This record gives sequence, structure tokens and C-alpha cells, in this order.
Amino acid sequence: MNWVAWKMLNGDTAKYLGAVFGVAFGVLLITQQASIFVGLMSRTANPLRDVREASVWVTDRHQQNADEIEPIADGAVHRIRGVEGMDWAVRLYKGVARARRPDGIFRQVILLGVDDHSFVGAPRTILMGDLADLRRPSAVFIDKAGHESLWPGEPLQLGREIEMNERRAVVVGICETSAPFQSFPVVVATYSQATQFIARERKQLSFVVGAPVAGVAPAEACRRIKAATGFEALTYDQFVWQTINYYMANTGIPVNFGITIVLGFIVGAAIAGQTFYLFTLENLRHFGALKAMGVNNRRLIGMVLLQAAIIGAVGYSLGVGMAVAFFEVSGRVLPDLRGINIPWQVAVGTAGVVVAIITFASFMSLRRVLLLEPAVVFRG
Amino acid sequence: MPTALDTSMPDSSAPPPTVGVACRGIEKEFGSGETRTRVLHGIDVDIGCGALTLLVGPSGCGKTTLISIIAGLLDPTAGDVTLFGTPQSQLRGNRRVDFRARNVGFVFQQYNLLPSLTAAENVAVPLLVARQPRKRAIEQAAGVLEAVGLGSRLKAFPNQLSGGQQQRVAIARALVHEPRLLVCDEPTAALDSSSGQTVMELLKSVAVHPDRTVIVVTHDARVLQFGDRLLEMADGRIVLDTIPQSHS
Repeated sequence: MNWVAWKMLNGDTAKYLGAVFGVAFGVLLITQQASIFVGLMSRTANPLRDVREASVWVTDRHQQNADEIEPIADGAVHRIRGVEGMDWAVRLYKGVARARRPDGIFRQVILLGVDDHSFVGAPRTILMGDLADLRRPSAVFIDKAGHESLWPGEPLQLGREIEMNERRAVVVGICETSAPFQSFPVVVATYSQATQFIARERKQLSFVVGAPVAGVAPAEACRRIKAATGFEALTYDQFVWQTINYYMANTGIPVNFGITIVLGFIVGAAIAGQTFYLFTLENLRHFGALKAMGVNNRRLIGMVLLQAAIIGAVGYSLGVGMAVAFFEVSGRVLPDLRGINIPWQVAVGTAGVVVAIITFASFMSLRRVLLLEPAVVFRG
Repeated sequence: MPTALDTSMPDSSAPPPTVGVACRGIEKEFGSGETRTRVLHGIDVDIGCGALTLLVGPSGCGKTTLISIIAGLLDPTAGDVTLFGTPQSQLRGNRRVDFRARNVGFVFQQYNLLPSLTAAENVAVPLLVARQPRKRAIEQAAGVLEAVGLGSRLKAFPNQLSGGQQQRVAIARALVHEPRLLVCDEPTAALDSSSGQTVMELLKSVAVHPDRTVIVVTHDARVLQFGDRLLEMADGRIVLDTIPQSHS
């Protein structure tokens, strides 16, 4: 009878497609919005992800995330190096500066200052230039998206000049960085150079990053740093999640995306549920005839669930396919969406939502089919 | 010309037919309290095999309720129906559904063909219900469609067939699993007189079988000539049990 169920569904093209597109539209909304949400939240921790060598992050003890920074004294790096169990520790600057072109056009930029000697925290994907050139006077690297933002429509080119804090900077390299949460250009310089590009403060050091010696776990190293120095010390994972959780708790982003996701569920469930229910209603006399002919309730339930499952599976595939196509295209043409893709957890979660939608859709239909008296077939 | 309701007695010289359907004290009530309505009042009737029995009467007299009970689609409030020696009150749940699947065929007024299945596939449905493999079921269905004169329309969908052809497909579907009871509800009501005539001739020639009971509910006076026996109902009772004049 499964074959009959499939033919019944497939034969009513309008309702079949209506229900499928109801699910697909809901899936598209949910997948796309959830993926952007996850992508955005993930971006809040991207500055940390780009410093893969560091498993220990030391900050001011009141710091709550990787963006709002209370600087610590430059000498802190020496104290951290002196903590038992630490293998190495270096300075890392992260702040916001204003980059002005010679013609006056300016953009707010994220300024990274990496250790002058080790280059810990420097970008790994270099598109143009040589990282060693960072040691030249006034040298900076800029990320590709930042170059396109500061010089839109112009080819990538070294030697361009910008001014930060009334100091000249020369672009000696172009790199790729993980997309930051704020869609600002990323400018990379050595630590000593970077501190020249910002307004002078007594304390300027954003982070001390480092790693413990083999045999000492990062968490243990952090515990020792806290005890010895009073600074906040977090493992890489702890700092990533502290940052993400901060944005989750202190911005309207989860609520806004959550509302859209819930709307996607409601719209998907409403369209698919209503269309599938109408399909069942219009086929009630056929279900009644099948009941009269000896199809028992168990087989009828199987038929209705199979029809709902087909709608769910086809709608889910279409919806996820459309979402993949969206990110594939938008990642190329919209720099702000670069690097955002569909995490497998979102795909699995959306599949769960589809199961809920088709369960809802089939519940109402099943009720009608199961309560149907087979004798209804004799009532015209 | 026979009158619509001939009161002549059955031919006593014919051999007594095997009883396929035995109704004893059938009563049926719908609703409860003040809205309770008694639709059938103690129906006692035996219907034999090898004959076409017509069940006639005005709207609301209880014909549909009676055939629904006989076919096992409704439970009587009182009394019992015995089909081919099996009291229906002894069958419950899936056992009754299985019994119906094996032993009862239906022809509906509105055909009730699945619009997305071809004629052959529609006819194969009762065999699929009986879990026959699809290919074999459709082959068998094609044979029955040949028998009802639709061998050339096996792959036609219902909306490509005339009303008479659709009803012939429905008859083929009702007979494909060789049921012992065939229940037809107003099979000619939606057809013009020529198509109705064809359908009744087909029922008479193909459906009537020594081991099968055929009951046709009808309003259509034009088909009375095809009945071997006529049961007339009024107000929930059988008020006349006779043989149409053309058979006497």
C-alpha cells in the first residue's frame, strides 16, 4: 500500500508541491537564519581562532570578552613568562583605530599588533607580500576584505598608504583573516608599531598569549597564572566560549534570529500542515473506500505517515539545498557573509524541526482518517 | 412491462439457493437521548448466492444502513449478520477487516477510483490490500478488465474514462479478488440510461456466480428488470420480498 500512498500524493501535484514548498521555505528560513546566527556568534571569537599557537590567554581580571579590552601593563608579559610551567608568552595588541586614505576617505579598522620577534598572531594566509616585511618602518598588512573596503573596485596593490593617529602606514602585504564580528578591515602590524598607531595610554597591552610546557595542561597553567599574578587567565576554549556567551547574553542577536527561526517553523508548519490536511480531506472518500476494502488502521497510519515523510524529506532537501546555494553565492558577492556556512548541527537540528512539522501536519490528518467510518463511502 | 414493484411470489419450482447473507433481528439506532433515531427495525432476511438481489426503497428508508451492516462497515445495535456461515458479531477489529478484505467487494455510486492510478492499477488495489506483489496484481487486474470489456484502456486514468467505463473499472475492482459478497450502492445513479443498462448487464453476466451473493441498492426503476429478487424497504423494515415480474 506504500506504493498507493506515494501515487496518491504524487497524483495531486498542486497540493504535493504546496506542502513540499511549505516545508522547504520553513527549512530555508530556519537553516539560513540559524547558520548566520551561528556564524555571527562564531565570529565574535575569530580573533582568538587566528592565534592558533596560543592555548593560554591572559587578560585584565575584569575582562568579559575578546573585544572590550582593559589594557594591562606591558611588563605583565615578563611575569607570565616567569610562572612555573609556562613554555612561552608574548604580547598581543588588539584595538580599534581609524585608517585614513591620503584623499581623506577613512574607515574604522581593527588593529592587531603581533609579537615583533615571533609573529605569534600574524595572519597565516598571505596573498601578497612577505611577513618579514612587517619589521620595516611603518609597515602594515591589511586583509583582502579590508583592502576592498578601503579601496573599493581597485586591484589589490602593495605600497598604498594610509594614516593612523597621524602616522603614515604603508601596506606591505595583503592577507586573509577570519571574518571579524564587526565588519571592519583588519590591519596587522608588529606590536611596537601598532602601539604607535593608537592614542597613547599608560597601559596598552591587550593580551598576553602563550602556551605551557609539555605535561602541563593549559587549565593548570591558567590556575597557576591567576594565583601568581592576579590576572585573568583562560584557556583558548574558555575564552572562546566566554566571548560567545557574552554576546549571547548582552545583545539582541539571539532574540532577533530566534524570532525569525520561530517564524520559519510557524510558516513551514502552517503551510505544510494546512496543505497536507487539505490533501487528506480531499482524499477522505478514497481513504474510506480503502478502509471498506479491508485496509486496517495500522496500514492507513503507515500510508499517511509515508506521505508526510516524503513531503518532509523532499521539502528538507530542497530547503537545505536552497540555503547551501544562498551561502555559496552570498559568500562570493557579499563580503560580510564570507565564511558563513551551514554547520552540521544546524542541518541536524533543522531535520528535527522538519520531523516536528510533519508530525504536526500528519497528526491532524491521521485523526480524520482514523475517525473515518468506512460506511461513509455509501453516503455519496 | 413489469411494474416497478411486482408483488408476485418467488418461483417455488427453482432449487433453493445457498444462503450467503443471513440477517437476524437487525436493529440500528443513531444518536442518543432525545435525538436517538431508530433506522432499522428488526430486519430478518436471508439472501442467497447465485442471484442478483435488488434492495429498493425511498431515501431514508434504511437501505444504506442495512448494506453497511451486511458488509461489516457498521455494527448493528441489536441482531447479527451471518456471512457465509460466519456470524459477524464473533469478528472484532482486524479479524473483521481481514474477513471483509477477503470476502466482500464494493461498487460505489461515485466509483471512488483513485484518480492518480490507471485503470489496471485501480483494479489491482484489493490484491495489494491482500499483499500480492504489485506486478502480479496488475497483471491479474488486466485480465479482469479484459473481461469487463476494457482491455484497451488498461493504462487510462479515471479522468480519461466515461462514467460508464469508470463504473466498469469499479466493478472489475470489486471482483478482482473474487469476493463471495458483492455490494453495489446505486451503481447506475450517476450514469445515463444506456451506460446504466450496460453496467447492469455486466453485473448480471460477470458478477452473478453460484458461490456469490450480489446485492444492488438502487433507486433506478430502469434496472429492476435485472434483479432476480427484489427487497423493498420502507421506514426501516422490509415491506416486500418478491421476484420481479420479468422473472416470474
